[in-house]
Amino acid sequence: MATDTPTDTDFGQVSRTKDVAFRLLALAATLVGIVSLAALLANVAVDAVGWLNWGFITSPPHPDPYEAGFLPALVGSIAIMLLIALITFPVGVGAAVYLEEYANDGLLTRFIQLNIANLAGVPSVVYGLLGLGLFVGLLGFGYGTVLAAAFTVALLILPIVIISAQEAIRAVPDSQRQASYGMGATKWQTIRNVVLPRAMPGIMTGTILALGRAIGETAPLIMIAAPTTVFGIPNSFESKVSAMPLQIYTWASYPETEFQYGVVAAGVVTLLIVLLTINSIAIVIRNRYQQRT
Amino acid sequence: MSQPDFSHDGIRTARGKAFRYLFMLCALLSILTTVAIILTLLVDAVDFFAEISLVEFLTGTRWSPTNEPVAFGVLPLISGTLVITVGSALVALPIGLLTAIYLSEYASERRRAYLKPALEVLAGVPTVVYGYFALVYVTPALDTFLPLSTFNALSASIMVGIMIIPMVSSISEDAMSAVPDSLRQASYGLGATKFTVSTSVVVPAAVSGIFSSFILALSRAIGETMIVAIAAGQTPRLVDVTDPAGLFLNSIQTMTAAMVQIGTGDIVGQGEAYKSLFAVGLTLFVITFAMNLVSELVASRYREEYR
Amino acid sequence: MTMSDEQLLSSDTESSDDQPAPTPGTDGLTDSTDIDTGERSATERTLLEARDLSVYYGKEQALDSVDIEIPEKQVTAVIGPSGCGKSTFLRSINRMNDLVDAAHVDGELVFDGKNVYDDDVDPVALRRKIGMVFQKPNPFPKSIRDNVAYGLRVQGKDDGDVDEKVHTALERAALLDEVEAQLDSSGLDLSGGQQQRLCIARAIAPDPDVILMDEPASALDPVATSKIEDLIEELAEEYTVVIVTHNMQQAARISDKTAVFLTGGELVEFDDTDKIFENPEHDRVEDYITGKFG
Repeated sequence: MATDTPTDTDFGQVSRTKDVAFRLLALAATLVGIVSLAALLANVAVDAVGWLNWGFITSPPHPDPYEAGFLPALVGSIAIMLLIALITFPVGVGAAVYLEEYANDGLLTRFIQLNIANLAGVPSVVYGLLGLGLFVGLLGFGYGTVLAAAFTVALLILPIVIISAQEAIRAVPDSQRQASYGMGATKWQTIRNVVLPRAMPGIMTGTILALGRAIGETAPLIMIAAPTTVFGIPNSFESKVSAMPLQIYTWASYPETEFQYGVVAAGVVTLLIVLLTINSIAIVIRNRYQQRT
Repeated sequence: MSQPDFSHDGIRTARGKAFRYLFMLCALLSILTTVAIILTLLVDAVDFFAEISLVEFLTGTRWSPTNEPVAFGVLPLISGTLVITVGSALVALPIGLLTAIYLSEYASERRRAYLKPALEVLAGVPTVVYGYFALVYVTPALDTFLPLSTFNALSASIMVGIMIIPMVSSISEDAMSAVPDSLRQASYGLGATKFTVSTSVVVPAAVSGIFSSFILALSRAIGETMIVAIAAGQTPRLVDVTDPAGLFLNSIQTMTAAMVQIGTGDIVGQGEAYKSLFAVGLTLFVITFAMNLVSELVASRYREEYR
Repeated sequence: MTMSDEQLLSSDTESSDDQPAPTPGTDGLTDSTDIDTGERSATERTLLEARDLSVYYGKEQALDSVDIEIPEKQVTAVIGPSGCGKSTFLRSINRMNDLVDAAHVDGELVFDGKNVYDDDVDPVALRRKIGMVFQKPNPFPKSIRDNVAYGLRVQGKDDGDVDEKVHTALERAALLDEVEAQLDSSGLDLSGGQQQRLCIARAIAPDPDVILMDEPASALDPVATSKIEDLIEELAEEYTVVIVTHNMQQAARISDKTAVFLTGGELVEFDDTDKIFENPEHDRVEDYITGKFG
C-alpha cells in the first residue's frame, strides 16, 4: 500500500520479544509430549521387528523367549472386552436415558451426576479391590475368571459410557422430540423411535472408545488375582483368564534382554494395534454419521 | 355418534412407567457402585484396624506387610506417592497450562484440529505400556548422565507427567475458551500484545477452571498404578526431603505399587497382608475422592461465572 | 459548549457539577448543535482521514471506498442501519479488524498524517493512541482499581503515581464519587451504566488521542444513557471522539459531525450534524433519518 502523505506521526513499535518467545515456548510445550510419545513408539516398533510374527500371535507363553507367544492373552483380552460391552452398553444407555430424558433437575439427579463424575476419577486399582471383595469374595465368581474380570472392569468404564451416551442424547435436537410428541407418541415411543436412533452413532462411538480404555487396564486384573501367565485359551466364563496388559507386565519383570527388548516389545505393539483398530472403528462410525447429517 | 375417547390407555401407561423405573435403576447403579466400593473397603479395613491400630497405621514409618517382622506404617507409601505426584506435577502442570494457552489463544483452527486429538492419544496409551517405556527406554537414556537406579522415581514421574498433560490442557483450554471474547477485545483495544492478553486477562479469568484441572490431574497421578509399579520399584521408604536428588534417583514405593505387590503375591486366606490391601485402598480412595470432589465443585463454579 | 478547556485539561479536577454541564434538549435537534459547529469549525483540524478505504471479510465487502475527514476534538457520530458497515469502519481505525483472520483492507486510513495501514505501523502501538469502548460493558473480572490501571500497566505507563492516574480517569468518567469507597471491589459488581463508565475510565486512563465508541449506550437504560451522553460531550473537549450509534436522537444530541452509512458499507453523506438532520443532500439519507427506511 503506497502512501503519498508525509508521515509526521510515529506510532513507534511495541517490543514483541516476549510475545514471540512465549509463543514458541507454548508451542514447544504443546509438542513435547506428542514428540516424546512418538519417539518411544518408534523405539518399540523397531524393537518388535523380528519378534512380532505369526508364531508369536498363535503360540502360548513359554519360558524361552524364542518360543514365547501371546495367544491366550490376546484371546483373553478380547473375551473380556466382549463381555464388558454386553454389560456396560445396556446399563450405560439406560442410565443416560434416565438422566437426560426422565430425571428432573432435582437434588437426586444432581447427586447422581456428581457421583458419576467422581466415579470416573476413582483409581483403577480401587476398582480392583471392589472386584476382589464383591465379585470374587461375596458373589463367588472365582479368582481371576473371565466373569470376575469383565464385571470389575465394566464397573470401571461404566461412568465413561454413561457420560458419553448422555452427550450423544443431549445432541439430539429438541425439535425432533416435539415432532414426535405432536404425533401423539408416548415418551417411551419418542425415546425408542426418535431419540435413540438419532443418538446411536454417538453412543456407539463413546462406548467403543471406553472399551479401548478397558482393554488396556491392568491393575484391576492384578487385584482380582488374574493369573499372570495362562497357557490355554479361555473356554467358559469360569475359565481363568489372562489379558494382554497383564502378560506384558509379567514379561517386563523378566531379566533377559530377549524378553525386555524383544518379546515385550512385540506384546506392546500387538496391544497398541488392537487398540488402534478399536479406536479406528469408533472414528469410522463417527465419520459416517457426520456425513449423513 | 359417540364422543372421542381421550382416556388413559392402562397398558401404555404401565409400560411407560416400567421403562422409567428400569432406566432409573441403571442410573442408581452408579450410586450403588460407590456404596459397594466404600463397603468393600470398609469391611476388610475395619477388620484390619482391629489388629493394627489406626494410629499405628497412619503414623508408622515402616511398611513390611509380608516379611518378618511385619509392620504396617503407611507413611513410607504416602511419601512415595507424594514424590511421584510432585514429580509428575512439575512436568504436567506447566506443560499442560502452556499447551492450553497455545491451543486457546495462539493456534489456528486447522492446527488445533490435529493437535487436540494428538494430545488425547497421550491419555489413551495403556499405563502398562508407559511403565514399560519408562523402564526400558527412559531410565537407560537418563542413566547415561544421571546416577540412576534401575527402578527410580524420576522416570516414573516423567511418564506419569506426560500421561496427565492432556487432562490439564483440555480442561484448562475449556475454561479459557469460556472467557468472553469481549475481555480480549478490551485488552487489545488498550494496546496489549497477545502475550499480555493471554497472561493478564485470559489466564486470570480462567483460573478456577485451571485450578480444577490441576487437582484432577494430581488426583490421577496419585491413583496411577502400573507406571509406578513397573518403573519406580518396590522399596517402601520414608523419603528424605532434605535430599531432593536422592528422592528421584532411587527406588521408592507408592500406595498403589504396594497394593500391586501384595496383589501379585500369593494371597492366602484372610491374613493381615490381605486386609492391609483394603486399608491402603481406603486411604487412596478417600484422598482421590476428596480431590475429585473439590475439582468438580470448583469446575461447576467456573461454568457459572460467564453465562 | 460552555465548559472551559482549562477546567478539563488541568489536573486540578473540580467536579463538573459546579459548572452547569451543557444539556442539549432531547427534542431540539438544532439549538445545541448549531452552537457547537459554529464554535469549533474555526479551529477545525483533520485528525483522521479515510481515503478510498474498503474492508472485506473473506469475499464479502463490508466497507466500500470510504472517504471521510474526521476533525480533531469533536464528536463524530457514525449512524446507519444494522449491517451497514459502521462498526467495521470504527474497527478499521484502530485496526481491531486485524484480529479477524479473514479481514482484508484496501485504501488508507490516515492518522495525523500517517497511514495506519503502512507496513511499518505496529497495530499494538497504534491502539495505544486510540482508546476503545465497546457495545456491551466489558470490565475485566478484577478490582475497579486494576481495571482502570490495566491500560497503564500494559502500556508501561505505570511509573509514578498510578493511584492518582486512576483517580483522575475515574473522575473524568464521572464515576469517582460513586466508587471511591470501593476501589478494590470487583468491577463486575457495578451496575451496567457504572460498568460502562468504568470502561470509559479504563480507555482514557492511558491518555489516548482518540476514543472510539461502538454503541456504548445500547445496552443501558435511559438514565445511564443520558449520563454517558453528557460524558461524551465533555470528553470531546480533550479527545477526538468517534461514536457508532443506531440511535439517531443520540447522534443529533451529542455529535458535531455525522456520517451516514447505508447498506453495502457505503458512506452516503458526511456533514455537520444539524445539516444532516435538517437538510440532507441525499433522498436516501432523508428517508433513513425520517424512518422511511432502515
